[in-house]
Amino acid sequence: MSDHHDKFYSTKLQDKAERSTLLLVVLTAITLAIGGIVEIVPLFYLPNTAMCQNDPTCNNTQHKDLQGNVIPMDKIIWNPATSAHKTLADWQPGDGVRPYTALETAGRDVYIREGCFLCHSQMIRPFRDEKDRYGHYSIAEESMYDHTYQWGSKRTGPDLARVGAKYSDEWHRRHLRYPRDVVPESVMPNYFWLEKMPVDIKKTVKTLQVMTIMPFNPVPKTIYTDEYIAAAAADLEGKTDMDALIAYLQGLGNHVKFEEGVNYRD
Amino acid sequence: MEANQATAVKYDMEVVRWFTIAAAIYAVVGTFIGVYAASELAWPFLNFDIAEITFGRLRPLHTNAVIFAFGGCVLFATGFYIVQRTGGTRLWSNKLAWAHFWGWNLIIVLAVITLPLGLSQGKEYAELPWWIDILIAVFWLTYGFNYIMTIAIRKTSHIYVSNWFTLGMIIMITYLHVVNSLAIPVDWATSYSIFSGVQDAMVQWWWGHNAVGFYLTAGFLAIMYYFVPKQANRPVFSYRLSVLHFWALTFGYVWLGAHHLQYTALPDWTGSLGAAISLAMIIPSWGGAMNGMMTLSGAWDKLRTDYILRFLVVSLAFYAMSTFEGPVMSIKTVNALSHYTDWTVGHVHAGALGWMAMVSFGAMYHMVKKLWGVEKMYSEDLVNVHFWLSTIGTVIYIVAMWVSGIMQGLMWRDYDEYGTLTYTFVESVSAMHPYYAMRAIGGAIFNLGAWICLYNIVMTVRTANAVRGTNAVPANA
Repeated sequence: MSDHHDKFYSTKLQDKAERSTLLLVVLTAITLAIGGIVEIVPLFYLPNTAMCQNDPTCNNTQHKDLQGNVIPMDKIIWNPATSAHKTLADWQPGDGVRPYTALETAGRDVYIREGCFLCHSQMIRPFRDEKDRYGHYSIAEESMYDHTYQWGSKRTGPDLARVGAKYSDEWHRRHLRYPRDVVPESVMPNYFWLEKMPVDIKKTVKTLQVMTIMPFNPVPKTIYTDEYIAAAAADLEGKTDMDALIAYLQGLGNHVKFEEGVNYRD
Repeated sequence: MEANQATAVKYDMEVVRWFTIAAAIYAVVGTFIGVYAASELAWPFLNFDIAEITFGRLRPLHTNAVIFAFGGCVLFATGFYIVQRTGGTRLWSNKLAWAHFWGWNLIIVLAVITLPLGLSQGKEYAELPWWIDILIAVFWLTYGFNYIMTIAIRKTSHIYVSNWFTLGMIIMITYLHVVNSLAIPVDWATSYSIFSGVQDAMVQWWWGHNAVGFYLTAGFLAIMYYFVPKQANRPVFSYRLSVLHFWALTFGYVWLGAHHLQYTALPDWTGSLGAAISLAMIIPSWGGAMNGMMTLSGAWDKLRTDYILRFLVVSLAFYAMSTFEGPVMSIKTVNALSHYTDWTVGHVHAGALGWMAMVSFGAMYHMVKKLWGVEKMYSEDLVNVHFWLSTIGTVIYIVAMWVSGIMQGLMWRDYDEYGTLTYTFVESVSAMHPYYAMRAIGGAIFNLGAWICLYNIVMTVRTANAVRGTNAVPANA
């Protein structure tokens, strides 16, 4: 069969590549790189991608209302320097996107550890039914501090992007303990054992520190101040994984005060 | 395409034998964990309040076991088999191949320990902790380097098409694994991606979809391009089509990941671009599937008697089906309905069970006969039984997920006459129950087939060894 090969060459380059390991490796490596470069690299310099480190304009992101007025970015992303509320403890819902508190950070670790993201999304799409069911569509800025994003890909359970403050802490506690006590049709596992697990204080404090040194979208040191990190251990004392997870869930989705008619995505 | 058997080149096949046996074992284990996890969604009491086996921890174990343990061992067995036979040469380094075998299996053992303990980076199909990621990189490159060097020392003039595809897989998975795993560790168990939000989502699905595109597609197309012609005893239908198939897949597949993020906070252009290229990919995918199927032209009657060929051909039918379904689901209007639903899960399994696993089983049976020098499997009838269990199990699985997925999508968006949502979310959950049960049954049927495959292979090997005496399988042959 190999004797007939010469009749089937499609091009000279193809023939060369098939005879040379190095050429085939190089051509393949180049071809494989293109798609990723075109789709990923622009997300680091184009607007509307919430790439905000050292740049309060986030690559000139402009969210405009119906009259064409630009919404200042510090209305969307909390900036202690311009906000009336200067510390993480003072921050109020609607002040804008903020990083997680120490307890929420511990709760987010539980969320990841238990694989919650495999059944719950945190990304509301701009559809009427999703607005009615979950609330305003999610915007890029809302997950800018999420190192390891948690948008999810499946809704075996409902979306959680705006679950914060929808139910009481007590509801969450009962539901997480034995979901079917509260929602009989639920297929979620019982998580009562989270109440027996103390928060990993050392790891959580270290996580806060690591978040300030991230190469992309680190938490500003003006928010995770040395004092805040130093006080975190005391705040976490006596808390369980259950407390932390509830704090995390209750903090989801109420950071930004959305205004009617503003296009937050473009 | 193959060195003259008469020259009696001695190949390094012992490591291939071990990878083949390992693959048969992991097929049983990986699909069993899948059946259990699926059953937990149908009957949640099966979580038994044991943290280590809750759905959230078992699901990553299932995906890692089927992709990296079963899929990986199949790829390494067939890869080392094909590269030696098409190049007419032994492996560049048999020692490195063994290091890779033990290293990879060590990684699998570590995954089995760490995932149930809840060690997760929170990225789908890339959950394993950072230090295991480093081990994966080391042993992946060990494999890749050995493979490329074996191509380089081949005795044939041209590099056979299967090796192009494997090469594409080796290079792309290196890119993907390295970039997607970039993270800052906090302690031995935990690390955080250096990317966040939009950028992390895009990097993750660039990884996620190309793990499908290159690990689970290119790698298995290498299997198709070698084992279909060998088993049918016919040359590949069209050389030109394979050239087109390879370069179009290599260039195009990489773009598709963005279609997982339609209507999310990812900029619109990225998802649309991903969908556009996804649609274009129907052409090379179907070209490739046709290339494999038409290889049988003039030999279709063999399907009546050759059960291995049945596996290979039906796998190509599933490949064609799921590479049509995928682009359809990437269209924004379809995606608006299908995203977040079980339809996605069904689509993945049409590919993973119907295409990837079936082509693997075909190749494994073919290799077992050659590797242990037997004319027939211990039971050819059991190969046929396995074929039907796999096919029926897969069809039940994907039908269940089509129905439940489309039903979920429709229930979530349904409005009543007063303009309010017709269904609460939990009504959609309870409506899924029969389909989740049906899915678990389909999976269990597939799993039963994998047990039969393992039994058949073990018995074949034992019979072969008994006939040939203890010298038949010398260590490190």
